[in-house]
Amino acid sequence: MRTHNPRGWLFVLPVLVLVAFNALIPLMTVVNYSVQETFGNNQFFWAGLRWFEEILRSERFHAALGRQLLFTATILVIEIPLGVIIALSMPRHGIWVPVCLVLMALPLLIPWNVVGAMWNIFTLPKIGLLGYTLNSVLGIDYNMTQSPTAAWVTVITMDVWHWTSLVVLLAYAGLISIPPAYYQAAKIDGASNWSVFRYIQLPKMNRVLTIAVLLRFMDSFNIYTEPFVLTGGGPGNSTTLLSIDLVKVALGQFDLGPAAAMSLIYFAIALAVSWIFYALMTRDRQ
Amino acid sequence: MAEIVLERLSHSYFPNPSSTRDYALRNIELKWSDGGAYALLGPSGCGKSTLLNIISGLLNPTEGRVLFDKKDVTHLPPDKRNIAQVFQFPVIYDTMTVYDNLAFPLRNRGVDSQFIDQRVRAIASMLELDSRLSLRAANLAPDDKQKISMGRGLVRDDVNVIMFDEPLTVIDPELKWKLRSKLKELHQNISLTMIYVTHDQTEALTFADEVIVMQDGEIVQVGTPIELFERPLHTFVGHFIGSPGMNILPVEMTGNGVCFHGHPVALEGTATTKTGKFEIGIRPEFVKVCSSGIPAKVHKTADIGRHTVIEAQVGVSSVNVISSGPPPALGAHIHLEFIPEHTRLYADGWIASEGGSG
Repeated sequence: MRTHNPRGWLFVLPVLVLVAFNALIPLMTVVNYSVQETFGNNQFFWAGLRWFEEILRSERFHAALGRQLLFTATILVIEIPLGVIIALSMPRHGIWVPVCLVLMALPLLIPWNVVGAMWNIFTLPKIGLLGYTLNSVLGIDYNMTQSPTAAWVTVITMDVWHWTSLVVLLAYAGLISIPPAYYQAAKIDGASNWSVFRYIQLPKMNRVLTIAVLLRFMDSFNIYTEPFVLTGGGPGNSTTLLSIDLVKVALGQFDLGPAAAMSLIYFAIALAVSWIFYALMTRDRQ
Repeated sequence: MAEIVLERLSHSYFPNPSSTRDYALRNIELKWSDGGAYALLGPSGCGKSTLLNIISGLLNPTEGRVLFDKKDVTHLPPDKRNIAQVFQFPVIYDTMTVYDNLAFPLRNRGVDSQFIDQRVRAIASMLELDSRLSLRAANLAPDDKQKISMGRGLVRDDVNVIMFDEPLTVIDPELKWKLRSKLKELHQNISLTMIYVTHDQTEALTFADEVIVMQDGEIVQVGTPIELFERPLHTFVGHFIGSPGMNILPVEMTGNGVCFHGHPVALEGTATTKTGKFEIGIRPEFVKVCSSGIPAKVHKTADIGRHTVIEAQVGVSSVNVISSGPPPALGAHIHLEFIPEHTRLYADGWIASEGGSG
């Protein structure tokens, strides 16, 4: 039975006001900029959809979007299975549980710009622990300010280090909610370890993994601070992800119109991909 | 299919058990013959689930042996014992269809697919799941899910014993009845040894040929439902089985018999011991309201359909009486008579009267 109580809306009202002020109104100003041109002095001229056409045809945008998609796809392909594997190998009871959980939570507690700075220092060829070890001890030429490959490897390793924990914690929460009877029944049914994973653990983790994939997609697609602090988008443009490029256009060149159009396209892509992920992963549920 | 023998089984969940209190199971000796239907009955925490897990191999007993057909299986893992177990909550593989769920134990054992198909269809029709074979198991109702759990045990033709651990806990009352009779029917069709664990006396008594009553980790009595009802060996069994349970009344031993609040009571036979705390046990069904006998005062009455349960006060003791007549008024003075051949004597809880003809 459902009862409708219009007074319920009163309770939602403060949130609506808050969301309006911190999201909707700024978004509308972006929409406003995206269809106008300005040469300073707070003078604006109608530009129609010109910026959108320009952005969508821009090779620079295509390249940044390509790098962004490659980055997000790579970290998802690494972090989701790795997170599941770590969660599976964590103890389910005993004194090591809190130890493991705290260790896992640590990277998540570090502010994003600190993560970037940490890894920046960590990888410095002369004084950084990793940079020094690779260059001077192992003799591998590694310098992410010169080599795009090294920069990419570092950015991805940093993200894996920073965010795999989130997947681990979510997957672990899914795992410990499985009643022991499932494992006992599987034993009696003669199921192999792989079958237990495939038919019990994975289906029971399905929901939390959906959330993990969505969160990791959105966060990595919008990532800015860490790679900006770490590489500043370089060397060259090799690690200039969408958000970094956007800030360059908006604040570096002060092209408000194209930057606004780019923001909206960026937003639309993030929204569309999130929706596709969600629809695909929940299509089997009622 | 196998005969199951438990030899001096004891189990403790503590690594170094010292006192008897540390044991969840104490000195269990049991012999179950091939193809029987057995029930383990007892209140929560009496050790029945522990016992079941030892038989299935999910637990290793601290002491004692488990024999299947004279073969020691005490330390074999569950999948090597050829047993099946149905748990309290339905365990199904959510992403599989009903068919795949039923076929799963056979596929894991590398059974020929033609044989699997034949077995799955046969078991599905027995469980009335045949119309739902291609549905996803996750979308079924709880009772159908529990049928799948049972079915996964039944499809295997090499099963020694199938064990049910309070399988009807999450099932609605009306479906409980249906599933219970389904189980009974299954047992008659495929004469498989079945062990049914429950704290519900109705489930135990309707399902089993032989009921094992447990309390505090020990077996109190093994018997047919009728034996348990007629002549409980321990006051616990008398109290636990029956609705309401047996009247257990304090008595005094006198030179030539027992006295209940000063009224001599005839027993089924002579007392076998002279010492201990004496009580008599008599089922409410065998207490009669008469014109003469032990005087009592009506304290409460409850109409339970075909009968009335009268709670009568004799001194400080209350005696339940099941009567078919019209209920007497509250506070009325009545007289009770205990039918001698159903009046048992208990000393320190254990039966202490020689069995008569009753």
